[in-house]
Amino acid sequence: MTPQLAVFFVLAALAVAGAISLILQKHPIHSALSLIVVMVALAGLYLLLGAEFVAAVQIIVYGGAIMVLFVFVIMLLNAGVEEHTSISKMAGGPGLLLVVALGGFIAATIARSSESVQAAEQTGTLSSTRGISSMIFKDFVYPFELTSFLILVAILGATVLAQREKS
Amino acid sequence: MTSFLSANAELIITIVKIALLLFIVLTANAYLTWFERKVVAHIQSRWGPHRVGPHGLLQPLADGAKFLFKEDPTPAGVDKFVYHLAPLLALTLALTAIAIIPFGPNPIRLFGHDIYLGIASPDLNIGILALFAITALGVYGVALAGWSSNSKYPLMGGLRSSAQMISYELALTMSVVGVLLMAGTFNLRDIIKAQAGPGIFGWPGIFGWNIWPQLLGFFCFFVAAIAETNRAPFDLPEAEQELVAGFNTEYASFKFAMFFIAEYTSMITVSCLCSIMFFGGWLSPFPDTWTFTHYLPSAILIPFGLWVIWDGIRYETILGRIMLPGLGTAIAGLGAVFVLFPVVNEFIQGPFWLLSKIFIFLFVYVWMRGTLPRFRYDQLMAFGWKLLLPASIVNVITTSFVILKWGAK
Repeated sequence: MTPQLAVFFVLAALAVAGAISLILQKHPIHSALSLIVVMVALAGLYLLLGAEFVAAVQIIVYGGAIMVLFVFVIMLLNAGVEEHTSISKMAGGPGLLLVVALGGFIAATIARSSESVQAAEQTGTLSSTRGISSMIFKDFVYPFELTSFLILVAILGATVLAQREKS
Repeated sequence: MTSFLSANAELIITIVKIALLLFIVLTANAYLTWFERKVVAHIQSRWGPHRVGPHGLLQPLADGAKFLFKEDPTPAGVDKFVYHLAPLLALTLALTAIAIIPFGPNPIRLFGHDIYLGIASPDLNIGILALFAITALGVYGVALAGWSSNSKYPLMGGLRSSAQMISYELALTMSVVGVLLMAGTFNLRDIIKAQAGPGIFGWPGIFGWNIWPQLLGFFCFFVAAIAETNRAPFDLPEAEQELVAGFNTEYASFKFAMFFIAEYTSMITVSCLCSIMFFGGWLSPFPDTWTFTHYLPSAILIPFGLWVIWDGIRYETILGRIMLPGLGTAIAGLGAVFVLFPVVNEFIQGPFWLLSKIFIFLFVYVWMRGTLPRFRYDQLMAFGWKLLLPASIVNVITTSFVILKWGAK
């Protein structure tokens, strides 16, 4: 087993454990913390693939900014321990079936792929900042700008909706 | 044994470097508290610590011992896991951040290996981004400490800190974009190298530094960085008149010390970053041709050491009369070594300038704490969002236009 593979398994186990803990934790803050673990583990996986820029941005944006907002809101609302209801019929029946189907589909795809799973080339387009920026600002500039416009609209909409009505 | 050593040389060198840097940073932390208390005291016409050891020099040791031996109660009703995790998180992240800073230009050649000053690999090409990633996680230490304490003042402190850090992180990140555009890289070493050549008007030395074209960027960066480290005048998360001690109210003993060390380590990291991004890092402010300035470290250390000896022999306590001349001899001796061994003198030029700049920024930190009153909360938010963020965006746009029109240099 190469060191890379060992690190991969540690990070993957961490990500999966974080995701399971996210669902099972009773307190919202603990769930949020589990989600941070998942984010950081994913960033570690990106780093392992040689995508350093994506890894750093993953931590800055998801691990830092977005999850801080989650934690902030949970703290601000002082959300308590959530009540657990008995498992719904929808989740027990069709849900379980879908999980098995999805798992089987992913496993089949991996099994059918001819080449073994291996780390990406260090010099790939996605790994360098220059490559990413030329993709965003040259090749896909219109979809990128449209997405930013959409986000801007969403922010303005949220501000308008959250505003107190003038009496 | 030898084969084991040579096979794992890189690993062993890294571990030794980590241990050494940890020791240096923790010692620097301890004496930074002494320095801060002394400077703030003199600003306020007091003496500061002067009982434990000559000039209070053993005060940090006494403080450390006190932190270790104090009772460490866990308050009732806290979320145990998060309560214990928070100080650990704060300290670990603060110490990890400093591992990315490079401290000198040239490697030491030892046992056939080039040993660079600084733990991270010299060609870490996401340098500054990695630092931002670590500091972005740093907010959790404070926020979780405030929340898990199950007490109203810490919760207020944690909330304030989260809001403050989210607001100022934007300006912090935007303000360095100008520097990154000029250097064309995230690598901290290359950012310093980009500041070497002739600068404004083609003048050498200090005129090549980023501070001249990026004055606005530096202003935004420094203010936002002070806010990120929760220091005065942005120390609202621990405003003692309003919140007892803010987020760390319910922490005692060494867990409190961990927050303390984390805060001071962040101060050092920010000072390193300011020096590297805007003040040429380890570059000398003088032109390369002025070789006589290479004796500046000795010219400062030897007189300072002699002055410490002179001060020591007149000191009123016996401990002082022993300790201070010893210290002075060590300082002057260090200066003498630099004069006597030109190789050593050449090597320490880079670290000398970087450390001098870091020291100046740490002084500014303390100076500001002694001078400026704390912001009000709404002022803090308005300042961050309405002044700092637009200013840093204007800086990015202007820099981009200038580079497009006239090229990077």
